[in-house]
Amino acid sequence: MEIPGSKILRSKQFTDKIISSINKNIKAINKPVKIMHVCGTHEHTISKYGLRSLIPKEIEIISGPGCPVCVCPAADIDKAIELGKRDDVIITTFGDMIRVPATNLSLAELKAKGADVRIVYGPNDAAKIAKDNPNKEIIFFAIGFETTVPLTGYEIKSNPPSNFSVICAHKLIPAALELLMSIDQLSIDGFISPGHVSTIIGIKPYKLFSNAYHVPNVITGFEPNDVLLAILMLLKQIKNKKFETLNEYSRVVKPEGNIVAQRIISEVFESVSSPWRGIGRILDGGLAIKDQYEKYDADKKFDIKIEKSTDIHPGCSCHLIMTGKLSPNECKLFRKICTPLNPVGPCMVSMEGTCSIYYKYYSE
Amino acid sequence: MSEKKESSKIIRLAHGAGGVLQEELINFITKDITLKNVNKGIGVEELDDGATIPLENYDKEIVITADGHTVYPLFFPGGNLGTLSICGTVNDLLMMGAKPLALTSTIIIEEGFKFEVLEKIIKSFNEKAKEANIAIIAGDTKIMPSGSLNEIIIATSGIGIKDKEIKIVDNGLKVGDKIIITGTIGDHGTALMASREGLNISTDLESDLNLLLEINESIKSEIKSNYIHAMKDPTRGGIAGALNDWASKSNVSIYLEEEKIPIKKQVNAICDMLGLDPFNIACEGKALLSVDPAQADIVLKKIKSTQIGKEAEIIGEVKAENPKKVLLKTLVGGTRFVDMPLGEPIPRIC
Ligand code: SF4
Repeated sequence: MEIPGSKILRSKQFTDKIISSINKNIKAINKPVKIMHVCGTHEHTISKYGLRSLIPKEIEIISGPGCPVCVCPAADIDKAIELGKRDDVIITTFGDMIRVPATNLSLAELKAKGADVRIVYGPNDAAKIAKDNPNKEIIFFAIGFETTVPLTGYEIKSNPPSNFSVICAHKLIPAALELLMSIDQLSIDGFISPGHVSTIIGIKPYKLFSNAYHVPNVITGFEPNDVLLAILMLLKQIKNKKFETLNEYSRVVKPEGNIVAQRIISEVFESVSSPWRGIGRILDGGLAIKDQYEKYDADKKFDIKIEKSTDIHPGCSCHLIMTGKLSPNECKLFRKICTPLNPVGPCMVSMEGTCSIYYKYYSE
Repeated sequence: MSEKKESSKIIRLAHGAGGVLQEELINFITKDITLKNVNKGIGVEELDDGATIPLENYDKEIVITADGHTVYPLFFPGGNLGTLSICGTVNDLLMMGAKPLALTSTIIIEEGFKFEVLEKIIKSFNEKAKEANIAIIAGDTKIMPSGSLNEIIIATSGIGIKDKEIKIVDNGLKVGDKIIITGTIGDHGTALMASREGLNISTDLESDLNLLLEINESIKSEIKSNYIHAMKDPTRGGIAGALNDWASKSNVSIYLEEEKIPIKKQVNAICDMLGLDPFNIACEGKALLSVDPAQADIVLKKIKSTQIGKEAEIIGEVKAENPKKVLLKTLVGGTRFVDMPLGEPIPRIC
């Protein structure tokens, strides 16, 4: 089950070489550099391997909105909760999602009150539950970036039972990068982009982005030396005043991406302006199910309206965490009131949430 | 957020998972006990693996442990509830430097439980006790109405004896000590997780469930000379739980080297897949030791010469700076903290 080449990607000798190169380049650049990644798994690698302790302090690595359950707006969870209160409904979703606090409750709390909320591996499991329970409505609460979208699309396309439907809360990464570039105080010098998303969408969307915004970008994998190499590749670009998208993860990411998956996505979904929790509405930031498949769209099937929802609870700074403006230990509630067992905001829930990662790997 | 407050007042699964919540629960239960020890022996306050009753006018003391055993599934690759109960009891005695003598067992069974299954568990229980050369000297059974208990629970009390001079305690770590682990970590919890229905993981990974008798036997003279300052079997909470416990009780820090920590490839792969941290996962046949630095190499050699200790390693060192913390030098040379696990490790299925 070992990933090919993973030895070198975790080899200290190789790390030392990259670090010494990083040191040389940052000296040449001769000013502080701010790098943002937009993926919870990258933050996990960085923290788990203590990478921040290895690089010179002139390089700041900040964590962007890269955790799929974190950016899912409370209104969508509220919708799932409202539907889950009905006796004839089974809500299904990924494990991390059920503990995310929404306006008043989380799906886990709803489940504790007796609702039928089930954790599934993917939409196909949900469709199976639908087949086994013809008298119930099975709603799959679909979250995630481009990586999980094709799974949802594939299920919708393959004629699932009529008692199966989807709350579509899928989000798209490239649009979020654009938004981040427009946030004033951030001034990011380079982006690290997530390898798995790129496996699906390829390199082109990023190329457009780095050209348009004059910001270097490197697509990279999830081993410690992947991330360090990406940092080095960004520094070299910054030093040479280049603004390209480079692919460090070429062992997995093909330039054109996964054409089959892209086709499924464009057949079933259309991009829409979409709210991101803590960040706001992003143009082309999310997906909606096309009319052609509307019978599987839980929004249309059940017509639930959420009048008022709360994305950020008083005292929680998730909106600032997700845009890289604050680090978790700067939040007043961090560790004191907000812990992974009692999460106040979404960033403390999943192992991809910045606050929960900091809770585990950084001390007070 | 009134729901939050209400739910924080109930006992949750995580209260039993060896993390901060378990500590909270134990404090809650034990805070009003009046008599907490006998003859100034180790008592309930130390929250060690067990307690001691020093015998007056005699150079020995009695060691007593208490343990409730549950496991799901009851039969798992490498063992079952019966073998687990004996190993757990015997190992707790050993981890205090005692010679196991006897145990009592209380078996609580759910109405409707099959005789056939009970027979298998009891058979393993008795066989394992024989192997450990520990007597079963008293017991009790209770049957609970169907639904009020999940299948079966075995509660044991272990009784052992040791020299009064031997001091192997959780707060015994000294700056400079070397930390030894007697083999690969996380095998038990990972094997259990993988064998649970619904995860569809096919692996030949087995629990490391084992008696630690051989380990204690091999370092008998070092135990007697008090070169072993602390010993613990990292069950619930894994090595992260055990080491954090030591660091905070001894007011020291522990620096680990990731490179030295033995982990099976399958354990790493399964944990990666399920989003679990092998440091937080239970072992059932491993011991952690904090050893006088001058003796560490010889202790390691002796442990390595046993059947179950072949993969033993020195994985870290006790230091004075950053007291009460456990730190890790990662594979690539970075440094990070190793936190006290919070609760039951939950596989990510996302
Ligand atoms: S620590 Fe908790 S309250 Fe603070 S920003 Fe993170 S999730 Fe929100």
